[in-house]
Amino acid sequence: MCQEANYILGQDVIDAFKNAYETEQSVTGKDILQQLIENAQIAKNESVPMCQDTGFSVFFIEMGQDVHIEGGSLEDAINDGVRKGYQEGYLRKSIVGHPLERQNTGDNTPAVIHIRVVPGDKLKITIAPKGGGSENMSAIKMLKPAQGVEGVKDFVVETVKEAGPNPCPPIIVGVGIGGTFEKAALLAKEALLRPVGEPSSDSYAADLEQELLELVNKLGIGPQGLGGKTTALAVHVNTHPAHIASLPVAVNINCHASRHKEIEF
Amino acid sequence: MTPVITIKTPFTTEAAEKLRIGQRVLLNGKIYTGRDAAHKKLVELLENGEELPIELKDQIIYYVGPSPAKPDNVIGSAGPTTSGRMDIYAPKLMAQGLKGMIGKGKRTPEVIKAMKQTKAVYFAAVGGAAALISKRIKSCKIVAYPELGPEAIRELEVEDFPVIVVNDSLGGDLYEEGLKIYGAK
Repeated sequence: MCQEANYILGQDVIDAFKNAYETEQSVTGKDILQQLIENAQIAKNESVPMCQDTGFSVFFIEMGQDVHIEGGSLEDAINDGVRKGYQEGYLRKSIVGHPLERQNTGDNTPAVIHIRVVPGDKLKITIAPKGGGSENMSAIKMLKPAQGVEGVKDFVVETVKEAGPNPCPPIIVGVGIGGTFEKAALLAKEALLRPVGEPSSDSYAADLEQELLELVNKLGIGPQGLGGKTTALAVHVNTHPAHIASLPVAVNINCHASRHKEIEF
Repeated sequence: MTPVITIKTPFTTEAAEKLRIGQRVLLNGKIYTGRDAAHKKLVELLENGEELPIELKDQIIYYVGPSPAKPDNVIGSAGPTTSGRMDIYAPKLMAQGLKGMIGKGKRTPEVIKAMKQTKAVYFAAVGGAAALISKRIKSCKIVAYPELGPEAIRELEVEDFPVIVVNDSLGGDLYEEGLKIYGAK
């Protein structure tokens, strides 16, 4: 799973590159999009990582409440898988064991694991390797409810503008609105799991996604920040009920290498 | 589109001074790699008055931490990392004669000023085009700090390695220019 996620870029992203190639006005921007399509082909054909930053291994687990796991802990099993996958797949080990002491763990563990218990007897595992460059440009803010949707739009556009060329545009922007501080961040990350450009099932969020995409692409950052109309391939918005006093907004930026792989048992 | 300029390293002041933002360049010859951990070590040596493990005069450093090479391959995937993390160290290396840097993303005004003073150039490689870029790397050997793993300093031999001039020796900035051209008025 770790290997496939890093070698094979989803068709959704490739299609988004091709669409952007048609509409991009910058010649350099077009050239970059072409290179990204070619890069994805090489990575797939030769089974090599599309990007050298093979990321933090972020897992989303949906565990049916009737599932019983035997023979050890689920988290240990996941970390064993990461260790094996990153070693055997020639993937870069990018994790340091302590954020300040900064000694590489040498095997890309531990993973970040989010587990949700759901009805049923299935186990669904999604891996979304996340690069550092785009993660570093992400941001969260606790807005005042009075700032409303305009405040949200300003914050999203400001975050993308500030990120500029750093997160490897064209980017995918995950936006989480509502919930608590940590819930908003998680909503933003989960929004990135949706196929690129698939609108939210909620019509309010879907309209906001469209508007935000237009606003972000007016910034002119363009592919790799060298100028152009394709700054983002998509904006995905997830919302959650909020406290009467709060309007949390999180913006999680993903580079164009939007990688994820799902498996269900 | 602007014509492509071919440059062979060592990258002299004379060659650096001719480049302008937006130009596409194909690099050939020897370049070094280094990320923040290696930069930190180099700057510590300089501060202690000690000798560096590599000679920086007229050299180019590529900000990259490649993935491991598969058997029979020279190197793994090798796209640029975000340059901003090297900003606090870069002027000290330019003072030692470093002429070129390859990465992705914005540099601080201090770094841009140092480039102007020392006649150095900052190039961008296409971030995330790591499998494609690795095809232009013909040899790779670790020359310092092997203990840093992907962050060790490597000497690469590159052939027609594609980059774009983002900051030139006159203080120009392609990222700023791009926003002026394509940003909404």
